[in-house]
Amino acid sequence: MKPELEQLAESICAKYDYDAVNLLPILQEIQSHSARNYICEEMARIIAQKLDITESRVYDVITYFSALSSEPRGEIIIQICNSTTCNVNNNRDLIHWFEEELGINVGETTPDNKFTLIFTHCFGACDVSPAVRIDHDVYGMLTREKVKELIAAKRGVVV
Amino acid sequence: MKQVHFITELFDKYDGRSLQAYLNVGGFASLQKTIEIGSEAVLTEIDASGLQGRGGAAYPTGKKLRQAQAEKAARKFVVCNADEGEPGTFKDRELLKCNIYQVIEGMVIAGICTQSQEGIIYVREEYTNMHDEIRNAIAECYSHNYLGKNILGSPYNFDLKLFSGAGSYVCGEGFAMCESMEGKSGRPRSKPPYVKQEGFLNLPTLVINTETLSTIVSIIKHGADSFRRYGTEESPGTKLISISGKVNRPGVYEIPFGLTIREIINDLAGGIRNGKKGHFVQIGGASGGILPEWLWDTPYTYEDLAKAGLSVGSGAIVVADEDNSLLDYLKVVQDFFSHESCGKCTPCREGNRQLRFIFERITDGTVTVADYDRLEIVLDVMGKASLCGSGKTEVVPFRTAQRYFPELFLTKESLEAKKAVV
Ligand SMILES: Cc1cc2nc3c(=O)[nH]c(=O)nc-3n(C[C@H](O)[C@H](O)[C@H](O)COP(=O)(O)O)c2cc1C
Ligand code: SF4
Ligand code: FES
Repeated sequence: MKPELEQLAESICAKYDYDAVNLLPILQEIQSHSARNYICEEMARIIAQKLDITESRVYDVITYFSALSSEPRGEIIIQICNSTTCNVNNNRDLIHWFEEELGINVGETTPDNKFTLIFTHCFGACDVSPAVRIDHDVYGMLTREKVKELIAAKRGVVV
Repeated sequence: MKQVHFITELFDKYDGRSLQAYLNVGGFASLQKTIEIGSEAVLTEIDASGLQGRGGAAYPTGKKLRQAQAEKAARKFVVCNADEGEPGTFKDRELLKCNIYQVIEGMVIAGICTQSQEGIIYVREEYTNMHDEIRNAIAECYSHNYLGKNILGSPYNFDLKLFSGAGSYVCGEGFAMCESMEGKSGRPRSKPPYVKQEGFLNLPTLVINTETLSTIVSIIKHGADSFRRYGTEESPGTKLISISGKVNRPGVYEIPFGLTIREIINDLAGGIRNGKKGHFVQIGGASGGILPEWLWDTPYTYEDLAKAGLSVGSGAIVVADEDNSLLDYLKVVQDFFSHESCGKCTPCREGNRQLRFIFERITDGTVTVADYDRLEIVLDVMGKASLCGSGKTEVVPFRTAQRYFPELFLTKESLEAKKAVV
């Protein structure tokens, strides 16, 4: 067992009284500490032990909610809205710009594990549609140029 | 009288962040009044207002609060539904952002009226960037005794916290919401018992929408009569709508019930962009009905929309113009439900699989007569036999599209006629 996983799980489970009722916030907090935005198998096992529940229950919850992941993802998650308003507002261009800028298709992670590009459903930014969510921040009314700047800034490059 | 400011009265009057600023513009007056006049007088006022729940089901709020009050248990919960999962909807976002204190005030009042002492604001994960502001507002209210023990010296106690969703549309449904708050995957339970009887931790739970709570506060402040000055007999009052799509000024507007869809599009949202012609709107979210352009003079009321086979739903209005294909649009809707179906019941889980196959075949031109027969059966079974509202209402966009755009789904006869020619 990796001691740092054990330590993290211990501190977070303790904060929530080792009560399985709090499984969702526990998993969200655990995942927020993962550089790759996921919960690994070993971590899932440790949490199950600490909360005295089955591993399958932990997996049921991780795989049910789209904000949680059992597979490693990029450090930065870019979610392109693919719901009704964004579709009406022609999000095809936006999808294309992000794919081009990142050199990957939707559903993939860049080879340096920096970015994951995925589709998501409406996150309530339809007034600035077509919209994307980069981690917790929302961006709308983008142009080709702005997409380029955004990605460069996230890469830590000044343009 | 197009846009009004009954619920949104304080939107630009304070920053939406500081409790003191809220108090300076008359905040918490409705809570003071509730403590003075007592819950029976407040419930009578809400009954008189005719307010219907704004979460989608339009159940009379006064009746719902009275039912919650009648439940007897040592612990009872009030949950503010801020999950706002219907695509095209963002009005609860504005209420949380511009006037979170009014939502909190509504929660305390709901707690007093139903003798519940514990509250939870269930905010969708997608609104994570607002979670800290909401937590701060809750902390402010605690430190000035608008929350906690013996609120403002009264005998009432009320605790409140935020719970974050984790990205699931179905968790907007009461039981699924309770399940997720209990550390389980958010799948609805069978009824009865109902959420109001055995909800969160199997205890009586009142799940109530963010806008409904905000409206209650305004009704207590200004009286049921001032609310009823707006709207129609069957749809009293005002409603927040989220309008988006091919319009010049997308956004959230508070309207009196009774404006027509065309007035909302042209006079509030600035008309269709680039002088294009309108095609259709979807009203009430992904589970809402499709209304063609030639029916846009329909008044936006519960009763008029019902006549057209639609409902107010979440208050969303997504506008499509002549460049948008309805078939593409319905595929997006179907994809949404395929992804969000929790899989617990067969009609919705398997029905969505079948719908996806049929739509694929409509798109690539290989659709057969048998597919259309199957479409009928699938929609029929889903609408009648799904466990929760998700599967039940998913059929509405397809049914209304069939009704208003019959050419979209070629009928059996026309398909056979086509075959006979070949
Ligand atoms: C699948 C599904 C999703 C729902 N999503 C929401 C939602 O995001 N927000 C909401 O307020 N109500 C939602 N509802 C309705 C709630 O179950 C409930 O009726 C409502 O929150 C009650 O509040 P009200 O009486 O104030 O309308 C949803 C219902 C279903 C079946
Ligand atoms: S109708 Fe769909 S979402 Fe609702 S319980 Fe059944 S499978 Fe789950
Ligand atoms: S439909 Fe894309 S943000 Fe709402």
